[in-house]
Amino acid sequence: MTTYFRDIWEGIVTVLIGMKVTWRHLFTPAVTIQYPDVRLKLPERARNRLYVNMDDCIGCDQCSMACPVDCITIQTIKSTPDVDLGMTSFNTKKRLYVAQFDIDIAKCCYCGLCVPPCPTECIVMTEVYEFSEYERRNLLYNFATMKPAEITEAKDKLAVYEKEQAAKKAAAAAAKAAQAAAPAPAPNVVKDSPSNAGSSGDAPTTGNAPVTEPKA
Amino acid sequence: MKEFLISLLQNQILVYTVMAFVPLAFVVPFALFAVWWERKISAHMQDRLGPMRTGGWHGWSQTIADIGKLIQKEDIIPAASDHFLFKLAPYIVFTGSYAAYAAIPFSAAYVGSSINIGLFYVIAISSLVVVGLLMAGWASNNKWSLFGALRSAAQIVSYEIPAALALLAVVMVAGTFDLQEINRLQGGWFWHWYAFSNPLLFLAMVIYFVSSLAEVNRTPFDIPEAESELVAGYHTEYGGMRFALLFLSEYANMFAVSAIASTLFFGGWNSPFGNALTGPWWGLIWFVAKGMTFIFIQMWLRWTLPRLRVDQLMYVAWKVLIPFAFVIIFGVGIWTLVVR
Repeated sequence: MTTYFRDIWEGIVTVLIGMKVTWRHLFTPAVTIQYPDVRLKLPERARNRLYVNMDDCIGCDQCSMACPVDCITIQTIKSTPDVDLGMTSFNTKKRLYVAQFDIDIAKCCYCGLCVPPCPTECIVMTEVYEFSEYERRNLLYNFATMKPAEITEAKDKLAVYEKEQAAKKAAAAAAKAAQAAAPAPAPNVVKDSPSNAGSSGDAPTTGNAPVTEPKA
Repeated sequence: MKEFLISLLQNQILVYTVMAFVPLAFVVPFALFAVWWERKISAHMQDRLGPMRTGGWHGWSQTIADIGKLIQKEDIIPAASDHFLFKLAPYIVFTGSYAAYAAIPFSAAYVGSSINIGLFYVIAISSLVVVGLLMAGWASNNKWSLFGALRSAAQIVSYEIPAALALLAVVMVAGTFDLQEINRLQGGWFWHWYAFSNPLLFLAMVIYFVSSLAEVNRTPFDIPEAESELVAGYHTEYGGMRFALLFLSEYANMFAVSAIASTLFFGGWNSPFGNALTGPWWGLIWFVAKGMTFIFIQMWLRWTLPRLRVDQLMYVAWKVLIPFAFVIIFGVGIWTLVVR
């Protein structure tokens, strides 16, 4: 009998305690953030959409190699010595045309492993996280700035240059062979250094042949 | 109001039609906004915000958009269901809950039908809801629906007893079944209200309120609809307007039991401040305000308490509420003999 009444009493009291708790919560400010209107501040070093600053990209392919899901595709074209691709903000010369720099952001796992290897710090994780698309192919980001015509032009130029270089090499080899055959070798092999318009004496080593200073 | 309408319209049938539609003009907007209100209250009790966008200010028109969606929905009737009963059930449920409004005095000037057995009529007609619920559950031909309907029937039948006994205590004090007359007897300051004039009647009020929660299938007695066990109980298979009708009758029922509680125990349309702020319009405001307070308490309890088990439910009805109700009736009998 006493348990019967005690149970009833406990039932009433615990219900009232519960009601007190919910009443207090009724006036507690909500924890909800009304997302599109109010946004939480992202933490420092938040990893979201990738961005590549193509002005600094030297086409070294290190980010692509670091990527665990292979979402970065890079294609480069060697520049001929007569072309100046400009300097990076780290004051190093750009030597490769970057014909293709695609990031498939749908594959990207936001690990951020591509960021540290970059020598010019041109690939970065931005704070942009709203980039949903209706078409999956729209998630393939093309960062390369070259137009198709420019790419073919650069490729043709390189082909021509490489042919020239190969011819020169062959000529040099022939000359060397001729020299070896001759009893008194000439002191120097004079080679054409590639003329570098607009840049300092730091010549690019695009050719395989060792470059020596021309001696008159 | 009836006399005024007769002088205005000069036609008995027209007058009764208008009188019959007046509560509907209250119930439908009430149900719409009570759903929104419930969502807001539940959200804030859980430190959320609830609907915030539809209509601008705190999502006030969310349920209007919802009902717009429900109206447009396809009327789907399960192939294996009993089509006739399936279609009929929502109307019976709504008729049962709406018919109770006929005897509820909204104001000193308005009561749908001023019959002298008003309270008896309300208790009797609201039992029609059980028939509709069983019909819906059975006709759906779905195990969850049938479980819900059976639980609902068992629960409502059990809890009608303590509810009716608690109301009987009031009738013993008032000496009448006429709800309008019971209201008039509680006139004056708020300590003249039955809940505050007699401690036994306050207990009766608590018993009635608990039983009414069970009668309208609300938490902690919501096992007929238990979302986590039965999908939605008896209205699992319903969609579109039929579902809306079942939902509407649920909220209509909520207000009906709140209205009975406020009429019998809290003075109905009487002002709490004696003769200040009285009159037909003020009466309506007081009545609706008291009803809304009970609605709020129902919602408050819903978001506070967990659901009871079936055996606990039966324990509360048969072993706690009914014995106490009998004790109250006995006590009130002695009280009326001694005090009056």
